[in-house]
Formats: sequence, C-alpha cells, structure tokens
Amino acid sequence: MMNMLQMPSRTQIAWIKAALFALCLLPALRLALGWHNDTLGANPIETITRASGDWTLRFLLITLCVTPLRRFTGLNWLLRLRRMLGLFAFAYGCAHLTTYVWLDQFFDWMAIAHDILKRPFITVGFAALVLMTPLALTSNAWSIRRLGGRKWQALHRSVYGIAILGVVHYWWLVKADVREPMLYAFALAWLLVLRAWWRELERRRQQAVPPPVPAYKGRVIRIVPTGK
Amino acid sequence: MLIQRPSDILPSEITPRARFEDRRRFLRDAGLLFAAGALGGALPSAEAATNAAPKLGPLTASPFSTSEEKTPYKAVTTYNNYYEFGTDKSDPAENAGRLATRPWTVRVEGFAGKPRTFDIDELLRLAPLEERIYRLRCVEGWSMVIPWVGFPLASLLKQVEPLGSAKYVEFVTLYDPKVMSRLPVLDWPYAEGLRLDEAMHPLTLLAMGLYGEVLPNQNGAPIRLVVPWKYGFKSAKSIVTIRLTDKQPATAWNKAAKHEYGFYSNVNPQVDHPRWSQATERRIGEFRKRPTLMFNGYAEQVASLYQGMDLRANF
Ligand code: HEM
Repeated sequence: MMNMLQMPSRTQIAWIKAALFALCLLPALRLALGWHNDTLGANPIETITRASGDWTLRFLLITLCVTPLRRFTGLNWLLRLRRMLGLFAFAYGCAHLTTYVWLDQFFDWMAIAHDILKRPFITVGFAALVLMTPLALTSNAWSIRRLGGRKWQALHRSVYGIAILGVVHYWWLVKADVREPMLYAFALAWLLVLRAWWRELERRRQQAVPPPVPAYKGRVIRIVPTGK
Repeated sequence: MLIQRPSDILPSEITPRARFEDRRRFLRDAGLLFAAGALGGALPSAEAATNAAPKLGPLTASPFSTSEEKTPYKAVTTYNNYYEFGTDKSDPAENAGRLATRPWTVRVEGFAGKPRTFDIDELLRLAPLEERIYRLRCVEGWSMVIPWVGFPLASLLKQVEPLGSAKYVEFVTLYDPKVMSRLPVLDWPYAEGLRLDEAMHPLTLLAMGLYGEVLPNQNGAPIRLVVPWKYGFKSAKSIVTIRLTDKQPATAWNKAAKHEYGFYSNVNPQVDHPRWSQATERRIGEFRKRPTLMFNGYAEQVASLYQGMDLRANF
C-alpha cells in the first residue's frame, strides 16, 4: 500500500488516471442531467454558463496545485496527472464558450463580436481561452520533443497569465458581491507567490555555491618570491 | 404594446399555480388578511385549504395588463434579486422566510401637507386592489411577465397631499441586520427614487401581492414598488419609508457604481450597460433571446415624461 502511494506501477497509474478522468467528467454530467430533468433553476442557460466558467477556472487552479502538492508530499508521480487536468480546464473552457455562442447568443455573430470588443469582462475571458489553445495543442509528448523542454516550458508558463485573466474575467462580471472572485484571487495569489518564493530560493542557492576551482592540466610551477 | 381588455375572470384564476407551502403559515396569516373566499367569493374551498399564501381580493382587472404568457409562479418566486438575503438568485427564496411582515408600517413623509404613518393592513384597504400583469425587465438581461396585485402609488401619495415644492420621491426599504445580510455589498438600507411625475404615473404600482396572493417575502413583502418601464432594481422591495423631497435622492445601485446605474434607469435597448448589451433579453422560460422594447414596451404611456431629454446622458 505504502509502496503504491510512493511509486505506483504502470497499471496502477493507468487506473488512477481512469478514475480521475471519470471524476473530472462529473460536473459536466451533472449539468447534462440537470438540463435533461429541468432541475437547473429558472434560467438554465445562465446556470450552465456559470458552472462551466467556474469549472474552467477551478481546473486551471487545480492544475497549478500539482507542482506544490508534488513538492510538499514528495509524490513525483502526481506530475503525470497534470496534463489531463490542464486539458480538462481547456475542455470546460470550450464548453463555456460553446454555451455562450450557442445557448446564450444563439450564433448571433454580430452580438458576439460586439461583446468581445465592447465588454471588458468578455474581452478578457476570450483572451484567456485563446491563450489556452496553444497550450492544449502542445500538451503531448510529440510537441515536447519537437519544441524541446526549455521552449515548451517557456510557452506553458503563460498559464499563470491565463489564470490571472480568468480571475479578472470573473471579478469584472460580478455586480457587487466580489467575495467569490476574491476567493479565487487569493488561491491564485498563493500559488503564484509560492512559485516566486521557490525561484528566489533557487537563485540564492546558486549564488551561495562557490565558483568552481579551475582544473589545470600538467604540472603547476609555483612561483615563490625569493628572499633577496 | 398589448393591452388586454378588462374581464371579469382574472387570468391568475384561470391558471392556478402549483401549491407547495405549508398550511400552518396560511392559518396564521389568514386571520390578518382577507381570503378571496370570504370577500370575492367563488373560490372552491378545497383550493383555499391547500393554498399557502392567502388570497387577496376582490381584484379588478386592469387595461394596463399584458396578455403575454405569464412566467410560472415557481420561477417568479425562486429566481430573485434581493441582495439583503444573499446575492445568488436562489438565496432570497431560501433566506427571506426570516423576515417578519407583521407588524409593518409605512411612513409617508417629507414635503407633504399631511405626512403620516400607515399600517400595512390599512394600506391593503386604502384603494381597490387591481391585478396588473406587467413585463419585468432586469438590468442583467432577463425578463418575466408577472401578475402583480396592488394599486397605483398615486393613490397613496394623494392621501398625504404632496406640496408644490416636492419634486422627487425617495423609497427607503427595511434593513434589519438580525435577519438580513451583514455584508456591505450595497449601502444598506437599500434606497430608490423617482421623479414625482414618474411616481404619480398611473402605471407606477404599489404591489402587495402576485398571482392573486399575498406577496412572498423574497418578492419584497409586504409592500413593494413596481415601475414596469424601468429596470427591475428601481422597484424597491419591503418599503418602510416613502419620502417626498425637493432634491434627487441618492439610490443604492447608483452609489455602488454610478457609471453603470443611472437615476432614471429606463429600459432602453439603445443604451448599453457597460458590462452587457441591453438590446436583447431572455424571457425566463424561453430559449432564444428576444429584442428589448423601448421603455419595456410602455413607450405609449410613458415616453412623454421624457420629452426633450437626452436619454443617453440621463441613463
Ligand atoms: C471565450 C471566452 C469566454 C466568454 C465569451 C465568457 C463568457 C462568460 C459569460 C457570459 C459569463 C456569465 C456572466 C453572467 O452570468 O453574468 C461567464 C462567467 C464566468 N466565466 Fe467566462 N467566458 C469566457 C472564458 C472564460 C475563461 C477562459 C474562464 C476561466 C479561466 C472563465 C471563467 C468564468 C467564470 C469563473 C465565470 C463566473 C461563474 C459564476 O458566476 O459562478 N470564462 N463567462
């Protein structure tokens, strides 16, 4: 048991991934059932828009929790779940956009273009989703190989900016009660500060190491001043 | 604008709503109010017995009523903006039960010849109760059709004899931190205001009921304003003071965000809210959005109030 937690086998990882996949689908399933049974309240389209938006942001933040969780627990295999979580954030983001374009605006492209240009909260949400697209497209082993680890990492660091845009999007759309967006803002701030702190620690560590002594080849002739 | 001819049978009697509340509250409140069975007659007793909120009556129909399909009672009473009881649409229905609507008085004061305090039960008898089926357009882009019960605000204001110097009317609503939110979401107590001519307009209603019954708490019991050509937030709920003033009163949402919510807040599809378009609306229960009408479809009655005014500047 202990061993499985520390270092699960390939099959065990596969099972964990399958279970996580099913778990991530639950919010969507609940909405689909609610729509079917008409239990989403008086304004079901609004309920779906909001729930899908909520889950986009939540999955983004959950994805950002993987690295801290891994470092605090030492469970390195957690990293292998990160890609799926990030892709779920994107999937819910796409569902959110689809709800807006289809159910809410009903393909009124003029109204949609107007919204994107004129409503700051929509502009920001749209920017966030656009920026998520290259990350989703490069979330595979082939892309990592193709780009090289360094470039790939640089690209995927934009997730921090995307999460900030997501929180701003939420903050700007509420009318007066900013408690919930504030909760997300605090969570995100904590995740970002943690990373900044790690970077700082790493910088200090590198500075503290004395510069390496150059190694000379051949004989060393010591020059000793004479007493004259 | 669709105007329905007055008829003897009220639409709310033709379309009874689902009834689910408990009988005990009915028994408690029934003593305080009149049931239609006693005054208006003609209601089957079985229906009265399972009825939760007491019936109001007798009601007269109004030529101002629309014949559009009414929003179901359940949606009208579970999808509410009443921030004192929480900011989610479902919060008021869950929390407003704590509000005690008796005893209740409404003070009518300010620039009036005969300012005084009215008891709610007196108000219920002050003028003939009418059923008014109005469109309600929320600033958030959704709308409903609600059969209100009440009488014109003008009937009450005339009782206190407004002075010539009175130019505006301020509405102050209950703020009771014992049963309401203590969070400073808005500057409590919630206050709203109208110009005196808007307040005296025959469309402006003081509502004490909906669907032929006493107003549920989440809809602003025991007495609220209904101004159908303005965005919903202008129609203050659970009113305790009505004040005639000579200056434009400060209003809650305007204080919270003055670039977003103006004093007039007339429904206007041409003037967008900074955060969303006002050109269309979703009627609750419908799938596709529909175009929003100028003055929420009441232009014929109220456009003259704003003759010569720049409605973009006076949003
Ligand atoms: C194409 C881009 C997007 C559009 C057009 C869009 C549009 C919307 C709309 C119309 C709402 C509902 C506003 C209301 O009910 O008043 C909303 C809510 C929301 N959206 Fe987006 N959004 C987009 C992208 C995103 C992204 C990328 C995220 C997350 C990172 C996100 C997170 C949210 C959240 C958290 C809410 C609030 C949910 C709630 O009220 O509980 N949205 N969005």
